[in-house]
Amino acid sequence: MSDRQSSNAYWQANLRIIYICLAIWALVSYGFGIILRPLLSGISVGGTDLGFWFAQQGSILCFIALIFFYTWRMNRLDAEHGVDE
Amino acid sequence: MSQFTLNLLVICASFALYIGIAIYCRAKSTAEFYAANRGVGPVMNGMATAADWMSAASFISMAGLIAFTGYDNSTYLMGWTGGYVLLALLLAPYLRKFGKFTVPEFIGDRFYSRTARIIGVICLLIVSITYVIGQMTGVGVTFSRYLEVSNATGLWIGAALVFCYAVLGGMKGITYTQVAQYVVLIIAYTIPAVFISLQLTGNFLPPLGLFGTHEGSGVAFLAQLDGLVTDLGFRAYTEHHNSTLDMVLFTMALMIGTAGLPHVIIRFFTVPKVSDARKSAGWALVFIALLYTVAPAVGSMARFNLTATMWPGAAQGETFSQPAVSLADIETSEDLAWMRNWQTTGLLNWEDKNGDGLIQYYNDGAAAQATALAAARTSGDQAAIDAAQAAYDARLAETHAALPGAPAAEQNWVGNELTTVNNDIMVLANPEIANLPGWVIAIVAAGGLAAALSTAAGLLLAISGAVSHDLIKGTLRPNISEKGELMAARVSMAASILVATLLGLNPPGFAAQTVALAFGLAASSIFPVLMMGIFSKRVGKEGAIAGMIAGMLSTILYIFAYKGWFFIAGTNMFPDTPDAWLFGISPASFGTVGAVINFAVAFGVSAVSKRPPAHVQELVESIRVPRGAGGAVAH
Repeated sequence: MSDRQSSNAYWQANLRIIYICLAIWALVSYGFGIILRPLLSGISVGGTDLGFWFAQQGSILCFIALIFFYTWRMNRLDAEHGVDE
Repeated sequence: MSQFTLNLLVICASFALYIGIAIYCRAKSTAEFYAANRGVGPVMNGMATAADWMSAASFISMAGLIAFTGYDNSTYLMGWTGGYVLLALLLAPYLRKFGKFTVPEFIGDRFYSRTARIIGVICLLIVSITYVIGQMTGVGVTFSRYLEVSNATGLWIGAALVFCYAVLGGMKGITYTQVAQYVVLIIAYTIPAVFISLQLTGNFLPPLGLFGTHEGSGVAFLAQLDGLVTDLGFRAYTEHHNSTLDMVLFTMALMIGTAGLPHVIIRFFTVPKVSDARKSAGWALVFIALLYTVAPAVGSMARFNLTATMWPGAAQGETFSQPAVSLADIETSEDLAWMRNWQTTGLLNWEDKNGDGLIQYYNDGAAAQATALAAARTSGDQAAIDAAQAAYDARLAETHAALPGAPAAEQNWVGNELTTVNNDIMVLANPEIANLPGWVIAIVAAGGLAAALSTAAGLLLAISGAVSHDLIKGTLRPNISEKGELMAARVSMAASILVATLLGLNPPGFAAQTVALAFGLAASSIFPVLMMGIFSKRVGKEGAIAGMIAGMLSTILYIFAYKGWFFIAGTNMFPDTPDAWLFGISPASFGTVGAVINFAVAFGVSAVSKRPPAHVQELVESIRVPRGAGGAVAH
């Protein structure tokens, strides 16, 4: 496998991970926190509903988890493709 | 020891710490000045980024914004944290690999154009300078409240302090100072929150207390708060009231605006490796989340405590079981001294309109009519006064009839008597409202100053880098020596401190609106161009320049059309109300639309113009892989 092919495969794999992460990013904030909140209104959390919790707490916690997941996954990908530092 | 001495002592001790650190870490080369020699570890860098990012707006204003609006202002919580996901995934690692010092430098190299670089400098300067003015105003207010000096004196003290450690220390000094400032501000924010959460819910973790049970009544805290505020005619705290579309667009504008703020981006140039840039964004968000998950608890609990102060019965959950707080108590009681202290700043005020000796705080829904009545009174036209008075009375009767279970009629209410409550006092007054000890109040003062000063320093560094590195070295005098460049950076930093202080002294009265402009511009110009520079090999200089200009101009025009040209009151073309907004999109949310316009124009123009040259295609290839970042040199 030439360098070019390898770096192309590396980039495609990176993009796939980014797409997955961004889908979750949008789901927990714009989805659960705002647009889908009426659907979650049946699940009550401390005097209000799950959508309110996602808007004020849950989305932030998910964002942190997402960044560390991405970091861990990319470090592995960098090593697999031999482009780590 | 008096409260004043205590404030002075704590604030001076924190300043001595910051200046000591700056002197110890003095920058000697341009690499140290702009990027701390790329020697800052990811955890340390994350902490510094958190202090850099969390400004007076996060520390002082945000909880107040949430307190008085409730759920709808969750946009700030999601928007100002979600941007870090975009930074970590889409920008930080690639810009670190690129390995230069400033954001315009990347724009100039990637789009092989000096024009693109200069447009980048212009965007950066507008965004950063509007931001610094806000910080300096915050410093002035905090000093004048806690050190009991005039606003102007407070501002000059703040300016002198920033000058000392930012100009001398550069990025290296600023980084370590910001770490100390983060520690001060997070302690200052969480200590009162823990106390108040314990008092109200019995849970010492504020984010859990928010969803816990109210101690006084045994009902869920948020349900209790909803009940109290709706009793008083306000909208329910946890309910969604505003337009969903606007909420989504505003959150998005804050997210991509955050990711496009130059002073945040340059922080990721200081870490040793590409993988550290990703990790550092994660750590930054951890440290930011410590404040951001506490903020909604601080906001709702401050709202609760304020309501319970005005209606003593509310503490047990029965708003009208006891009469409203009396005027005599407000004017003499030791517990309510904070109300008198804040009245002198003009941010809190009350008036016994019906002369019953009690101060009734409720939503009379007649603010517009009251303004019209006051205007009629100044005009002196008796017929106009009568008409305005009739409109005011009619509106009041309407709200009183709608108030659930309120004794408005028999007690002869004639309007809300807590006439001014500024959002910004909620965090600063919080410890006093909850009767916390004096040292907590002093720490909160030091924390507010740490938040404002750390952000001001980060912004000044981004400004001086753009002026000395991009304008002077990159365009006007390419042959300048490193020593000369360092001098130019320090001089431009000193000049921007002076400009920001002078503008802060005469606040043009638009601090709040300019924030919308800063985020709108960062979102509509800087973020899209950086993203296309990394993720597209097809977009060339023509597309990038056209896109930046289209995004920037459409956003500026939309904001000015509703807010007035250059924010001068009365020059707006349309009224700034939800009905008049295009598709209900508020000017503050328009940055998202501007970004879409930027992308569309850039791709459209690129489709009909030449492909970028081979060396640029190679540059894009190289920033996409982490290997070799250590070898990337400064020049």
